[in-house]
Amino acid sequence: MSAKEKKIRVLIAKPGLDSHDRGAKIVARALRDAGMEVIYTGLRQTPDQIAETALQEDVDVIGLSILSGAHTTLFPRIMQTLKKKGMTDVLVFAGGIIPEEDIPALKKAGIREVFGPGTSTSTLVEYVKNNVLK
Amino acid sequence: MFDQRKQARIRKQRQKWEKTTVPNWIKRHPERRKDFETVSGIPVKRLYTPEDIENMDYSEDLGFPGEAPFTRGVHATMYRGRFWTMRMFAGFGTAEQTNERFKYLLKEGETGLSVALDYPTIMGYDSDHAMSLGEVGQCGVAVSHLKDMEILFDGIPLDKVSTSMTINGPAPMLLGMYICVGDKQGVPREKLAGTTQNDNLKEFFAQKLCIFPPAPSLKLSTDVIEYCARHVPKWNPVSISGYHIREAGSNAVQELAFTLADGIAYVESTLERGLKVDEFAGRLSFFFACHNNFFEEVAKFRAARRIWARVVRDRFKAKNPRSMWMRMHVQTSGCTLTPQQPINNAIRTAYQALAAVLGGTQSLHTNSFDEALCLPTEEAVTVALRTQQLIAHETGVTDTIDPLGGSYYVEALTNEMEERALSYIDRIDSMGGVIAGIEKGFFQKEIADSAYKYQKEVERHERTVVGINDYTVEKDWIPMDLLRIPPHVEKEQLARLERVKQGRNRQKVKQSLDKLFNDADKNKNLMPTMIEALKAYVTIGEITEVLRSVYGEYRELIVV
Repeated sequence: MSAKEKKIRVLIAKPGLDSHDRGAKIVARALRDAGMEVIYTGLRQTPDQIAETALQEDVDVIGLSILSGAHTTLFPRIMQTLKKKGMTDVLVFAGGIIPEEDIPALKKAGIREVFGPGTSTSTLVEYVKNNVLK
Repeated sequence: MFDQRKQARIRKQRQKWEKTTVPNWIKRHPERRKDFETVSGIPVKRLYTPEDIENMDYSEDLGFPGEAPFTRGVHATMYRGRFWTMRMFAGFGTAEQTNERFKYLLKEGETGLSVALDYPTIMGYDSDHAMSLGEVGQCGVAVSHLKDMEILFDGIPLDKVSTSMTINGPAPMLLGMYICVGDKQGVPREKLAGTTQNDNLKEFFAQKLCIFPPAPSLKLSTDVIEYCARHVPKWNPVSISGYHIREAGSNAVQELAFTLADGIAYVESTLERGLKVDEFAGRLSFFFACHNNFFEEVAKFRAARRIWARVVRDRFKAKNPRSMWMRMHVQTSGCTLTPQQPINNAIRTAYQALAAVLGGTQSLHTNSFDEALCLPTEEAVTVALRTQQLIAHETGVTDTIDPLGGSYYVEALTNEMEERALSYIDRIDSMGGVIAGIEKGFFQKEIADSAYKYQKEVERHERTVVGINDYTVEKDWIPMDLLRIPPHVEKEQLARLERVKQGRNRQKVKQSLDKLFNDADKNKNLMPTMIEALKAYVTIGEITEVLRSVYGEYRELIVV
C-alpha cells in the first residue's frame, strides 16, 4: 500500500446485550495489525448508535459480533438504519454464534458474509481487503 | 520430603540419564518440539523426580483432607462419602419452559439446580424495555418479577433442592425473590440452600455485564454477603468466579490470581460491615473453569485451595478452619468447544470434567456438545450429565482421595501455580487493590493480551486444535435439531408482565420504590427493603432504575 493510499477504516460493533467480546477484540486487533484503522464500539450498542458511529467515523467496513441469538432481530434493523442514512457502500460482515439456517435471511438483509467460531484472523483480513466496496 | 542421602543418589542417577540415555535416544528419535509448556506458559520438563519437590513440607503444604490448608480436598472423605453436586446450568424461554427442563434434569439424576437468566434480566431490564428487544428468553429464562419466579420453581420444594443462580448486578433481587418463593412454600430462610453468583468485581474485566460503577457494585455484593451471614446461613452469598476471567481469554495463572484477588476484596469489604471473618468466610464459594491442559488444571484447583486457606488464616486472622476452606464449583470450558465436528466436544468435555474431579471440585457443570451452535438440546444435555455419572460410577477415580497427590509433576506444578499467582496478587495489592486495577484497565489488558496470544498460537500452528487447524473435514456433521427460541416466547412474557403490572397495588409499589431510593441514598443494606418491594410485585427493571438514579451507570472502559 502506498503512503498516499487511504487506509481501510473498520468499525467493529457489538449490538445487543451479550458481553462476549473476546472474538470482537481479537478481530479488532488483527485488522489493526494488518494496517487498517479500527474503531471498536464497546458493548451493548443499539442499531442507531452503530449506524451513527459508522457515519461519523466514515468507515468502509462494519464487522458485527453477537453471541446471544438476537441477530435475527437486530441485524436487519442495523441494515435498515444504515440504508436510511445512505450508507449502502459499506461492507458489512458478521460473526458469533449464528446458526447456518439463519444465514440466507441475513444475507438477504445485506450482511455480506457470516463467519463462525474457528475462523482464522488471516481469513478475515483477506476477506476485508478483497471485498471492501469503497 | 526425602532423606538427603537418597536425594543425592537420585540426583546422580538423573544426571547420568540426562548425559547418556536421553541423548542416545534423541539422536534416533528427536522430540516433537524443542520446548514444551502449559497454556499459561509454564515450562514443562521432560521428567519430574523427587528433586522437584525436595523443598516441600508434607504437613505444611499438603496436610490431610478436611484440614487446612485443604490442598488435598475440603472434606475428610471426599467422594468416598458423597459425589460432587451434578449441577447443569439451564434456562431458556419462559419460566414454564425452564421449569419443565428443571424437572427433567432432576428426574435424570441431577442433584442441584442452576438457573441461567436471559440478558435483559442480567442487565436489570424488564422484558418490555427497549434494550431487551430480541433478547427475551434467548440466552436464559426471562424473570422480571416475582410471578415469573413462582412459575420457575412451581412444584419444586425449596427445602429439598439447592439452587445456584448466575446473577450479579441484580443478585439481591433474585435472592430476594427466592426468599419470597420460600416464604410462600412455607420454607424458613434458615433452610434455603444455594448460591448467588453475586461477584460484581469480575464483571468489570471478564463477563462485562455491569450495571453500576465499581464501588456501588461492590456495595451491593457485600449487602448480600452480610444479609446471608445474618439471616440465610446455608446460602452461599457469592461465587467468586474465575470462570468468566478464563473464558474472556486469560490463562490459568491469571484466572487463579485474579479470582483470589477478588476474594480478598470481598472479605475486606465485608469486614468493614462489622462482621468477623469467622462469621462469613466459610460461606464464600468459588467458581473456576476447567480448560484443556489436564495437569495444569488439576494443579490450579489444588493451588487455589492452599493459597486461599493461607490468605484467610494469615492475612485475615481467621481461627475457624471452616473459614479457610475453599469450596468450588467447576464448569468445563465453553471456549474450547468447536462448531466443527461437534461430537468431539463431548470428548473434550469428558477430559475436562475428569480433571475437575481429580482437582477435588464440590460441584460440576459439564457443557453440552452442541453449545458452540446453540443452547443445549435435551439429548445433548443428557450426554453431558451422563459424562459426570460415568466418571462417578465407572472410572474408579472417586474411590480414593486426591489420587494425583504426590505425583512429582502435579506437586511441582501446584507449587509453580501458587508462586506465580502470589506474585500477581502482590502486584494487585501494590496498585491499590482490585478496584484500582479495574480503573487502570490492568485486568482488561492482561486478559486481552492472553486471548490474542492464544489465538495467534493456534493460527501459527504452535497449538493444535482438532477440527480447527488440523484434522479438519470438508463437511461437518451438524446435529439435526438445534434448540431455537420461538418468537411467541417474547409475546407471552410481555403479556404476563403487563398483567402483573395491572394487578398490583399501585400505592404499595410507589411506597416501596421511594423507600428503596431513601435507603440507597443513606447507604443502608438494601436486602430487607428489596424483599418488601418484590413481594409487592415491583419489577427488576423498576428497582434497577431507582438504583441507577442513585448510583449512576457504568461506562465501559474500552481496552482492546
